[in-house]
Amino acid sequence: MQHEPSTNSPEQAAQEAVVLPIQRPEGCPFDPPAELAELRERQPLTRLRYPDGHLGWLATGHSTVRAIAADTRFSSRYELMHYPFPGTEDLEIPPATVGDLTGMDQPEHTRYRRLLAGKFTVRRMRALTARVEQITAEHLDAMERQGPTVDLVRAFAHPVPALMICELLGVPEVRRADFMERAAAISAPESTLDEQIAALAGLGDFFRDLISDKRAHPTDDVLSDLTTSELTDEELAGIAGFLLAAGLDTTANMIGLGTFALLSHPEQAAALRADPGLADQAVEELLRYLTITPTGVRAALEDVEVDGQLIRIGESVTISIQAANRDPARFDDPDTLDIHRKATGHLAFGHGIHQCLGQQLARVEMRVALPALFTRFPTLRLAVPPEEVPLRTDMNIYGVHRLPVTWGEE
Amino acid sequence: MEIRIDRERCLGAGMCALTAPEVFDQDTEGGRVLLLDTDPPPARSLAIRRAAYACPSGAITVTEPRPASGEPAELRGHHIRASETFDCQ
Ligand code: SF4
Repeated sequence: MQHEPSTNSPEQAAQEAVVLPIQRPEGCPFDPPAELAELRERQPLTRLRYPDGHLGWLATGHSTVRAIAADTRFSSRYELMHYPFPGTEDLEIPPATVGDLTGMDQPEHTRYRRLLAGKFTVRRMRALTARVEQITAEHLDAMERQGPTVDLVRAFAHPVPALMICELLGVPEVRRADFMERAAAISAPESTLDEQIAALAGLGDFFRDLISDKRAHPTDDVLSDLTTSELTDEELAGIAGFLLAAGLDTTANMIGLGTFALLSHPEQAAALRADPGLADQAVEELLRYLTITPTGVRAALEDVEVDGQLIRIGESVTISIQAANRDPARFDDPDTLDIHRKATGHLAFGHGIHQCLGQQLARVEMRVALPALFTRFPTLRLAVPPEEVPLRTDMNIYGVHRLPVTWGEE
Repeated sequence: MEIRIDRERCLGAGMCALTAPEVFDQDTEGGRVLLLDTDPPPARSLAIRRAAYACPSGAITVTEPRPASGEPAELRGHHIRASETFDCQ
Protein backbone atom coordinates (compact mmCIF):
# COMPACT_ATOMS: atom_id res chain seq x y z
CA MET A 1 0.00 0.00 0.00
CA GLN A 2 1.36 3.39 -0.99
CA HIS A 3 0.70 6.36 1.17
CA GLU A 4 2.19 9.75 1.70
CA PRO A 5 4.33 10.20 4.79
CA SER A 6 2.74 12.68 7.13
CA THR A 7 4.42 16.04 7.22
CA ASN A 8 3.48 18.57 9.78
CA SER A 9 3.86 22.28 9.43
CA PRO A 10 6.98 23.60 11.14
CA GLU A 11 4.79 25.34 13.73
CA GLN A 12 2.95 22.14 14.50
CA ALA A 13 6.18 20.19 14.72
CA ALA A 14 7.72 22.74 17.06
CA GLN A 15 4.66 22.60 19.23
CA GLU A 16 4.73 18.82 19.49
CA ALA A 17 8.45 18.65 20.23
CA VAL A 18 9.65 17.28 23.55
CA VAL A 19 13.07 17.52 25.20
CA LEU A 20 15.03 14.38 25.91
CA PRO A 21 14.09 12.95 29.31
CA ILE A 22 17.26 12.17 31.25
CA GLN A 23 16.17 11.97 34.88
CA ARG A 24 16.08 8.39 36.08
CA PRO A 25 13.32 7.55 38.52
CA GLU A 26 14.06 8.22 42.16
CA GLY A 27 15.09 5.09 44.01
CA CYS A 28 15.71 2.78 41.05
CA PRO A 29 19.23 2.90 39.63
CA PHE A 30 18.38 0.48 36.80
CA ASP A 31 15.28 1.96 35.16
CA PRO A 32 15.32 4.48 32.31
CA PRO A 33 13.54 7.82 32.74
CA ALA A 34 9.81 7.12 33.10
CA GLU A 35 8.82 9.67 30.44
CA LEU A 36 10.54 7.55 27.80
CA ALA A 37 7.94 4.81 28.29
CA GLU A 38 5.11 7.33 27.91
CA LEU A 39 6.62 8.67 24.71
CA ARG A 40 7.19 5.19 23.33
CA GLU A 41 3.57 4.33 23.93
CA ARG A 42 2.22 7.51 22.41
CA GLN A 43 4.53 7.78 19.42
CA PRO A 44 7.70 5.70 19.01
CA LEU A 45 9.10 8.36 16.70
CA THR A 46 8.51 11.86 17.95
CA ARG A 47 9.81 15.40 17.39
CA LEU A 48 12.65 16.35 19.69
CA ARG A 49 13.84 19.82 20.59
CA TYR A 50 17.65 19.83 20.92
CA PRO A 51 19.34 22.16 23.41
CA ASP A 52 20.89 24.20 20.53
CA GLY A 53 17.38 24.86 19.16
CA HIS A 54 17.52 22.22 16.43
CA LEU A 55 14.21 20.49 15.74
CA GLY A 56 14.92 16.81 15.18
CA TRP A 57 13.58 13.46 16.27
CA LEU A 58 13.57 10.93 19.08
CA ALA A 59 13.03 7.20 18.47
CA THR A 60 11.94 5.07 21.42
CA GLY A 61 10.32 1.94 19.94
CA HIS A 62 12.36 -1.22 19.42
CA SER A 63 11.54 -1.72 15.74
CA THR A 64 11.95 2.01 15.02
CA VAL A 65 15.34 2.25 16.71
CA ARG A 66 16.47 -0.94 14.99
CA ALA A 67 15.37 0.29 11.57
CA ILE A 68 17.16 3.63 11.97
CA ALA A 69 20.37 2.05 13.28
CA ALA A 70 20.43 -0.33 10.31
CA ASP A 71 19.81 2.37 7.70
CA THR A 72 22.95 3.84 6.15
CA ARG A 73 20.98 6.88 4.99
CA PHE A 74 21.53 8.00 8.56
CA SER A 75 25.06 9.18 9.21
CA SER A 76 27.18 8.58 12.29
CA ARG A 77 29.56 11.45 11.57
CA TYR A 78 29.84 13.52 14.72
CA GLU A 79 30.16 16.83 12.89
CA LEU A 80 26.73 16.37 11.29
CA MET A 81 24.98 15.83 14.60
CA HIS A 82 23.12 17.91 17.08
CA TYR A 83 23.39 16.49 20.57
CA PRO A 84 20.28 16.00 22.69
CA PHE A 85 22.04 16.37 26.05
CA PRO A 86 21.71 19.59 28.06
CA GLY A 87 24.89 21.61 28.27
CA THR A 88 25.93 20.84 24.70
CA GLU A 89 24.30 23.86 23.08
CA ASP A 90 27.54 25.72 22.37
CA LEU A 91 29.60 22.67 21.58
CA GLU A 92 31.40 22.62 18.23
CA ILE A 93 31.49 18.90 17.55
CA PRO A 94 34.69 17.98 15.70
CA PRO A 95 34.84 15.07 13.25
CA ALA A 96 36.05 11.67 14.45
CA THR A 97 39.78 11.47 15.10
CA VAL A 98 41.90 8.97 13.18
CA GLY A 99 40.88 5.43 14.08
CA ASP A 100 37.62 6.34 15.81
CA LEU A 101 35.24 4.12 13.85
CA THR A 102 32.16 5.20 15.77
CA GLY A 103 32.07 8.59 14.11
CA MET A 104 32.62 7.45 10.52
CA ASP A 105 30.38 6.42 7.62
CA GLN A 106 31.05 4.11 4.70
CA PRO A 107 33.49 3.76 3.03
CA GLU A 108 36.06 4.93 5.65
CA HIS A 109 34.29 2.96 8.33
CA THR A 110 34.12 -0.17 6.17
CA ARG A 111 37.83 -0.09 5.49
CA TYR A 112 38.77 -0.06 9.18
CA ARG A 113 36.01 -2.41 10.20
CA ARG A 114 37.10 -5.02 7.65
CA LEU A 115 40.69 -4.83 8.86
CA LEU A 116 39.58 -5.31 12.45
CA ALA A 117 36.64 -7.70 12.25
CA GLY A 118 38.74 -10.80 11.58
CA LYS A 119 40.54 -10.22 14.88
CA PHE A 120 37.27 -10.20 16.85
CA THR A 121 35.40 -13.23 15.57
CA VAL A 122 33.30 -15.41 17.84
CA ARG A 123 35.92 -18.14 17.51
CA ARG A 124 38.91 -15.94 18.34
CA MET A 125 37.20 -14.40 21.31
CA ARG A 126 36.12 -17.77 22.68
CA ALA A 127 39.73 -18.87 22.40
CA LEU A 128 40.49 -16.17 24.96
CA THR A 129 38.17 -17.76 27.51
CA ALA A 130 41.00 -19.53 29.36
CA ARG A 131 42.86 -16.22 29.75
CA VAL A 132 39.75 -14.48 31.02
CA GLU A 133 39.24 -17.30 33.51
CA GLN A 134 42.78 -17.02 34.74
CA ILE A 135 42.68 -13.24 35.12
CA THR A 136 39.29 -13.49 36.82
CA ALA A 137 40.55 -16.09 39.29
CA GLU A 138 43.65 -14.02 40.11
CA HIS A 139 41.53 -10.98 40.89
CA LEU A 140 39.07 -12.94 42.99
CA ASP A 141 42.03 -14.33 44.97
CA ALA A 142 43.36 -10.83 45.49
CA MET A 143 39.92 -9.63 46.56
CA GLU A 144 39.71 -12.40 49.12
CA ARG A 145 43.09 -11.44 50.59
CA GLN A 146 42.19 -7.77 50.64
CA GLY A 147 38.61 -8.18 51.95
CA PRO A 148 36.09 -8.65 53.35
CA THR A 149 35.16 -5.16 52.18
CA VAL A 150 36.37 -3.89 48.82
CA ASP A 151 35.36 -1.55 46.04
CA LEU A 152 34.35 -4.06 43.40
CA VAL A 153 34.99 -1.60 40.57
CA ARG A 154 38.61 -1.08 41.50
CA ALA A 155 39.29 -4.66 42.59
CA PHE A 156 37.51 -6.53 39.81
CA ALA A 157 35.17 -4.83 37.33
CA HIS A 158 37.80 -2.43 35.95
CA PRO A 159 41.03 -4.46 35.97
CA VAL A 160 39.65 -7.62 34.30
CA PRO A 161 38.61 -5.93 31.02
CA ALA A 162 41.66 -3.64 31.18
CA LEU A 163 43.97 -6.66 31.31
CA MET A 164 42.10 -8.28 28.44
CA ILE A 165 42.79 -5.18 26.36
CA CYS A 166 46.47 -5.57 27.33
CA GLU A 167 46.26 -9.13 26.00
CA LEU A 168 44.67 -8.02 22.75
CA LEU A 169 47.12 -5.20 22.18
CA GLY A 170 50.05 -7.26 23.39
CA VAL A 171 51.13 -4.87 26.15
CA PRO A 172 54.13 -6.65 27.71
CA GLU A 173 53.97 -7.66 31.40
CA VAL A 174 56.45 -5.03 32.54
CA ARG A 175 54.44 -2.20 31.06
CA ARG A 176 51.01 -3.28 32.24
CA ALA A 177 51.01 -1.44 35.56
CA ASP A 178 51.88 1.77 33.73
CA PHE A 179 49.15 1.13 31.16
CA MET A 180 46.51 0.35 33.79
CA GLU A 181 47.31 3.48 35.74
CA ARG A 182 46.95 5.67 32.66
CA ALA A 183 43.74 3.93 31.63
CA ALA A 184 42.26 4.32 35.12
CA ALA A 185 43.12 8.04 35.20
CA ILE A 186 40.98 8.67 32.11
CA SER A 187 37.76 7.41 33.63
CA ALA A 188 38.37 8.03 37.34
CA PRO A 189 35.61 10.19 38.83
CA GLU A 190 38.16 12.25 40.76
CA SER A 191 40.26 13.14 37.70
CA THR A 192 39.94 16.73 36.54
CA LEU A 193 39.45 17.45 32.84
CA ASP A 194 43.12 18.50 32.61
CA GLU A 195 44.24 15.26 34.18
CA GLN A 196 42.08 13.30 31.78
CA ILE A 197 43.51 15.13 28.78
CA ALA A 198 47.04 14.57 30.08
CA ALA A 199 46.33 10.88 30.61
CA LEU A 200 44.96 10.61 27.07
CA ALA A 201 48.04 12.29 25.60
CA GLY A 202 50.25 9.99 27.67
CA LEU A 203 48.42 6.99 26.31
CA GLY A 204 48.98 8.24 22.76
CA ASP A 205 52.73 8.21 23.40
CA PHE A 206 52.44 4.82 25.06
CA PHE A 207 50.71 3.37 21.99
CA ARG A 208 53.20 4.90 19.53
CA ASP A 209 56.02 3.27 21.51
CA LEU A 210 54.22 -0.01 21.62
CA ILE A 211 53.57 0.05 17.86
CA SER A 212 57.22 0.59 17.03
CA ASP A 213 58.05 -2.33 19.36
CA LYS A 214 55.52 -4.52 17.58
CA ARG A 215 56.86 -3.57 14.17
CA ALA A 216 60.35 -4.58 15.29
CA HIS A 217 59.37 -7.65 17.34
CA PRO A 218 55.90 -8.86 16.44
CA THR A 219 54.13 -11.06 19.01
CA ASP A 220 50.89 -13.00 18.92
CA ASP A 221 48.29 -10.24 19.34
CA VAL A 222 45.90 -8.02 17.43
CA LEU A 223 48.23 -5.02 17.31
CA SER A 224 51.17 -7.04 15.92
CA ASP A 225 48.81 -8.55 13.33
CA LEU A 226 47.66 -5.12 12.29
CA THR A 227 51.20 -3.84 11.78
CA THR A 228 51.38 -6.09 8.70
CA SER A 229 48.31 -4.36 7.19
CA GLU A 230 48.35 -1.12 5.22
CA LEU A 231 47.62 0.95 8.34
CA THR A 232 50.00 3.77 9.22
CA ASP A 233 51.41 4.25 12.73
CA GLU A 234 49.06 7.13 13.27
CA GLU A 235 46.08 5.00 12.29
CA LEU A 236 47.27 2.16 14.48
CA ALA A 237 47.66 4.43 17.49
CA GLY A 238 44.18 5.81 16.83
CA ILE A 239 42.74 2.32 16.61
CA ALA A 240 44.48 1.23 19.82
CA GLY A 241 42.92 4.23 21.57
CA PHE A 242 39.54 3.42 20.05
CA LEU A 243 39.76 -0.20 21.23
CA LEU A 244 40.64 0.94 24.73
CA ALA A 245 37.86 3.53 24.83
CA ALA A 246 35.32 1.09 23.43
CA GLY A 247 36.32 -1.93 25.46
CA LEU A 248 37.14 -0.69 28.91
CA ASP A 249 34.47 1.47 30.51
CA THR A 250 31.73 -0.46 28.74
CA THR A 251 32.62 -3.92 30.03
CA ALA A 252 33.80 -2.57 33.38
CA ASN A 253 30.43 -0.94 33.93
CA MET A 254 28.51 -3.97 32.77
CA ILE A 255 30.34 -6.01 35.39
CA GLY A 256 29.99 -3.32 38.08
CA LEU A 257 26.35 -2.39 37.41
CA GLY A 258 25.50 -6.00 36.56
CA THR A 259 26.74 -7.09 39.99
CA PHE A 260 24.74 -4.29 41.61
CA ALA A 261 21.63 -5.43 39.73
CA LEU A 262 22.10 -9.05 40.75
CA LEU A 263 22.70 -8.07 44.37
CA SER A 264 19.49 -6.07 44.26
CA HIS A 265 17.59 -9.07 42.84
CA PRO A 266 18.84 -11.85 45.15
CA GLU A 267 16.54 -14.47 43.58
CA GLN A 268 18.23 -13.84 40.21
CA ALA A 269 21.70 -14.09 41.76
CA ALA A 270 20.65 -17.33 43.44
CA ALA A 271 19.42 -18.76 40.14
CA LEU A 272 22.71 -17.95 38.46
CA ARG A 273 24.68 -19.45 41.33
CA ALA A 274 22.60 -22.61 41.26
CA ASP A 275 22.98 -23.05 37.52
CA PRO A 276 26.08 -21.46 35.95
CA GLY A 277 24.71 -22.82 32.65
CA LEU A 278 22.41 -19.78 32.74
CA ALA A 279 25.39 -17.48 32.28
CA ASP A 280 24.89 -16.86 28.54
CA GLN A 281 21.26 -15.93 29.01
CA ALA A 282 21.96 -13.90 32.12
CA VAL A 283 24.54 -11.84 30.25
CA GLU A 284 22.10 -11.05 27.41
CA GLU A 285 19.39 -10.15 29.90
CA LEU A 286 21.69 -7.87 31.89
CA LEU A 287 22.78 -6.19 28.66
CA ARG A 288 19.13 -5.59 27.77
CA TYR A 289 17.93 -4.58 31.21
CA LEU A 290 20.80 -2.23 32.02
CA THR A 291 21.61 -0.80 28.56
CA ILE A 292 24.64 1.11 29.77
CA THR A 293 24.97 3.00 26.47
CA PRO A 294 21.48 4.44 26.70
CA THR A 295 21.44 6.87 23.80
CA GLY A 296 22.77 7.16 20.25
CA VAL A 297 22.51 9.90 17.64
CA ARG A 298 22.33 9.84 13.83
CA ALA A 299 21.89 12.53 11.19
CA ALA A 300 19.79 12.08 8.03
CA LEU A 301 21.85 12.26 4.83
CA GLU A 302 18.67 12.50 2.73
CA ASP A 303 14.92 12.60 3.30
CA VAL A 304 13.91 9.27 4.81
CA GLU A 305 10.46 7.95 5.64
CA VAL A 306 10.30 6.10 8.94
CA ASP A 307 7.08 4.84 10.54
CA GLY A 308 5.08 6.94 8.10
CA GLN A 309 6.83 10.16 9.05
CA LEU A 310 9.28 12.12 6.98
CA ILE A 311 12.70 12.77 8.47
CA ARG A 312 14.33 15.49 6.43
CA ILE A 313 17.91 15.73 5.28
CA GLY A 314 20.12 17.23 7.98
CA GLU A 315 17.81 16.43 10.86
CA SER A 316 19.28 14.65 13.88
CA VAL A 317 17.65 11.53 15.21
CA THR A 318 18.28 10.45 18.77
CA ILE A 319 17.85 6.72 19.22
CA SER A 320 16.95 5.75 22.75
CA ILE A 321 18.42 2.31 23.05
CA GLN A 322 17.34 2.05 26.67
CA ALA A 323 13.73 2.74 25.70
CA ALA A 324 13.93 0.23 22.83
CA ASN A 325 15.25 -2.47 25.13
CA ARG A 326 12.28 -1.94 27.46
CA ASP A 327 9.68 -1.99 24.69
CA PRO A 328 6.76 -4.24 25.75
CA ALA A 329 6.01 -4.83 22.05
CA ARG A 330 9.28 -6.71 21.88
CA PHE A 331 9.92 -8.07 25.36
CA ASP A 332 7.26 -9.40 27.71
CA ASP A 333 7.23 -7.66 31.06
CA PRO A 334 10.24 -5.58 29.98
CA ASP A 335 10.90 -3.82 33.27
CA THR A 336 11.56 -7.08 35.09
CA LEU A 337 15.07 -8.49 35.29
CA ASP A 338 14.65 -12.16 34.46
CA ILE A 339 17.74 -14.15 33.60
CA HIS A 340 15.55 -17.02 32.45
CA ARG A 341 14.21 -15.06 29.51
CA LYS A 342 15.74 -15.12 26.05
CA ALA A 343 16.79 -11.51 25.63
CA THR A 344 18.52 -11.97 22.28
CA GLY A 345 17.53 -9.27 19.86
CA HIS A 346 18.24 -6.52 22.39
CA LEU A 347 20.02 -3.50 21.00
CA ALA A 348 22.57 -2.95 23.75
CA PHE A 349 25.42 -3.41 21.26
CA GLY A 350 23.60 -1.32 18.68
CA HIS A 351 22.53 -2.52 15.27
CA GLY A 352 23.64 -1.91 11.71
CA ILE A 353 27.19 -1.31 10.56
CA HIS A 354 28.26 0.23 13.85
CA GLN A 355 27.17 -2.69 15.96
CA CYS A 356 29.84 -3.20 18.62
CA LEU A 357 33.04 -4.68 17.19
CA GLY A 358 34.10 -6.05 20.56
CA GLN A 359 30.77 -7.59 21.56
CA GLN A 360 32.02 -11.16 21.41
CA LEU A 361 34.89 -10.29 23.75
CA ALA A 362 32.53 -8.45 26.08
CA ARG A 363 30.28 -11.52 26.17
CA VAL A 364 33.16 -13.82 27.03
CA GLU A 365 34.34 -11.48 29.80
CA MET A 366 30.93 -11.15 31.40
CA ARG A 367 30.07 -14.79 30.99
CA VAL A 368 33.19 -15.75 32.91
CA ALA A 369 33.42 -12.92 35.44
CA LEU A 370 29.87 -12.75 36.80
CA PRO A 371 29.25 -16.42 37.66
CA ALA A 372 32.80 -16.74 39.03
CA LEU A 373 32.26 -13.78 41.34
CA PHE A 374 28.95 -15.06 42.68
CA THR A 375 30.20 -18.61 43.12
CA ARG A 376 33.39 -17.55 44.88
CA PHE A 377 31.55 -15.26 47.29
CA PRO A 378 28.16 -16.86 48.02
CA THR A 379 27.45 -14.26 50.70
CA LEU A 380 28.42 -11.28 48.54
CA ARG A 381 26.37 -8.19 49.42
CA LEU A 382 26.52 -4.40 49.33
CA ALA A 383 28.60 -2.83 52.09
CA VAL A 384 26.57 0.40 51.96
CA PRO A 385 22.84 1.12 51.56
CA PRO A 386 21.95 0.92 47.84
CA GLU A 387 21.14 4.65 47.66
CA GLU A 388 24.74 5.44 48.61
CA VAL A 389 26.24 3.71 45.57
CA PRO A 390 27.57 6.54 43.39
CA LEU A 391 25.97 6.29 39.94
CA ARG A 392 27.47 7.49 36.67
CA THR A 393 24.43 9.60 35.83
CA ASP A 394 26.61 12.23 34.19
CA MET A 395 28.47 9.92 31.82
CA ASN A 396 27.87 8.63 28.29
CA ILE A 397 28.31 5.17 29.66
CA TYR A 398 26.09 4.49 32.61
CA GLY A 399 27.19 2.42 35.59
CA VAL A 400 28.63 2.80 39.07
CA HIS A 401 31.68 4.84 40.07
CA ARG A 402 32.26 2.54 43.02
CA LEU A 403 30.56 -0.54 44.38
CA PRO A 404 31.50 -1.27 48.01
CA VAL A 405 30.82 -4.95 48.65
CA THR A 406 31.44 -7.31 51.51
CA TRP A 407 30.99 -11.01 52.30
CA GLY A 408 31.19 -13.56 55.12
CA GLU A 409 29.19 -13.62 58.37
CA GLU A 410 26.79 -10.70 58.91
CA MET B 1 14.90 -23.40 3.32
CA GLU B 2 17.20 -21.51 1.02
CA ILE B 3 19.96 -19.43 2.57
CA ARG B 4 21.92 -16.77 0.75
CA ILE B 5 24.80 -14.80 2.19
CA ASP B 6 26.23 -11.57 0.89
CA ARG B 7 29.86 -11.43 1.88
CA GLU B 8 30.17 -7.90 0.49
CA ARG B 9 27.64 -6.59 3.02
CA CYS B 10 28.99 -8.71 5.86
CA LEU B 11 30.84 -6.80 8.57
CA GLY B 12 32.04 -9.78 10.52
CA ALA B 13 30.01 -8.98 13.62
CA GLY B 14 29.55 -12.69 14.22
CA MET B 15 25.91 -12.65 15.27
CA CYS B 16 25.29 -15.48 12.82
CA ALA B 17 28.03 -17.71 14.21
CA LEU B 18 26.80 -16.94 17.71
CA THR B 19 23.16 -17.66 16.94
CA ALA B 20 23.40 -20.66 14.61
CA PRO B 21 26.93 -22.05 14.95
CA GLU B 22 26.07 -25.27 13.10
CA VAL B 23 25.25 -23.29 9.99
CA PHE B 24 27.44 -20.19 10.05
CA ASP B 25 31.07 -19.52 10.81
CA GLN B 26 33.43 -16.62 10.15
CA ASP B 27 36.60 -16.70 8.10
CA THR B 28 39.83 -15.78 9.82
CA GLU B 29 40.73 -13.02 7.37
CA GLY B 30 38.02 -10.40 7.73
CA GLY B 31 35.70 -12.38 10.00
CA ARG B 32 33.23 -12.60 7.15
CA VAL B 33 30.40 -15.07 7.15
CA LEU B 34 30.86 -18.64 5.88
CA LEU B 35 27.94 -20.91 5.13
CA LEU B 36 28.75 -24.32 6.61
CA ASP B 37 25.55 -26.08 5.67
CA THR B 38 23.67 -25.18 2.50
CA ASP B 39 20.84 -27.60 3.20
CA PRO B 40 20.22 -27.56 6.93
CA PRO B 41 17.52 -29.75 8.46
CA PRO B 42 14.18 -28.07 9.23
CA ALA B 43 14.94 -28.25 12.93
CA ARG B 44 17.54 -25.52 12.42
CA SER B 45 15.25 -23.12 10.63
CA LEU B 46 14.26 -21.05 13.67
CA ALA B 47 17.90 -20.58 14.65
CA ILE B 48 18.73 -19.59 11.07
CA ARG B 49 15.91 -17.07 10.92
CA ARG B 50 17.12 -15.66 14.21
CA ALA B 51 20.63 -15.37 12.81
CA ALA B 52 19.31 -13.50 9.76
CA TYR B 53 17.34 -11.20 12.06
CA ALA B 54 20.32 -10.60 14.31
CA CYS B 55 22.78 -9.87 11.50
CA PRO B 56 23.42 -6.14 11.78
CA SER B 57 24.29 -5.65 8.12
CA GLY B 58 21.49 -7.56 6.45
CA ALA B 59 23.92 -10.00 4.88
CA ILE B 60 21.79 -13.12 5.31
CA THR B 61 18.64 -13.84 3.32
CA VAL B 62 16.48 -16.88 3.92
CA THR B 63 13.62 -18.09 1.78
CA GLU B 64 11.17 -20.64 3.03
CA PRO B 65 7.49 -21.42 2.71
CA ARG B 66 5.33 -19.58 5.19
CA PRO B 67 3.84 -22.04 7.60
CA ALA B 68 0.26 -20.90 7.03
CA SER B 69 -0.04 -20.42 3.30
CA GLY B 70 2.88 -22.41 1.95
CA GLU B 71 3.83 -19.32 -0.11
CA PRO B 72 7.58 -18.77 -0.23
CA ALA B 73 8.66 -15.75 1.74
CA GLU B 74 11.99 -14.05 1.43
CA LEU B 75 13.33 -12.71 4.67
CA ARG B 76 16.30 -10.48 4.49
CA GLY B 77 18.35 -9.32 7.41
CA HIS B 78 16.90 -6.37 9.21
CA HIS B 79 13.67 -6.43 7.24
CA ILE B 80 12.64 -9.48 9.18
CA ARG B 81 10.14 -8.66 11.86
CA ALA B 82 10.69 -9.98 15.34
CA SER B 83 7.33 -11.76 15.17
CA GLU B 84 8.62 -13.91 12.32
CA THR B 85 11.69 -14.86 14.22
CA PHE B 86 10.87 -15.40 17.84
CA ASP B 87 8.18 -17.69 19.11
CA CYS B 88 7.51 -15.46 22.08
CA GLN B 89 5.87 -12.51 20.31
S1 SF4 C 1 26.02 -11.59 11.49
FE1 SF4 C 1 25.99 -10.66 9.47
S2 SF4 C 1 27.64 -9.19 9.51
FE2 SF4 C 1 27.95 -10.56 11.21
S3 SF4 C 1 29.35 -12.11 10.47
FE3 SF4 C 1 27.30 -12.88 10.23
S4 SF4 C 1 26.73 -12.26 8.17
FE4 SF4 C 1 28.50 -11.06 8.70
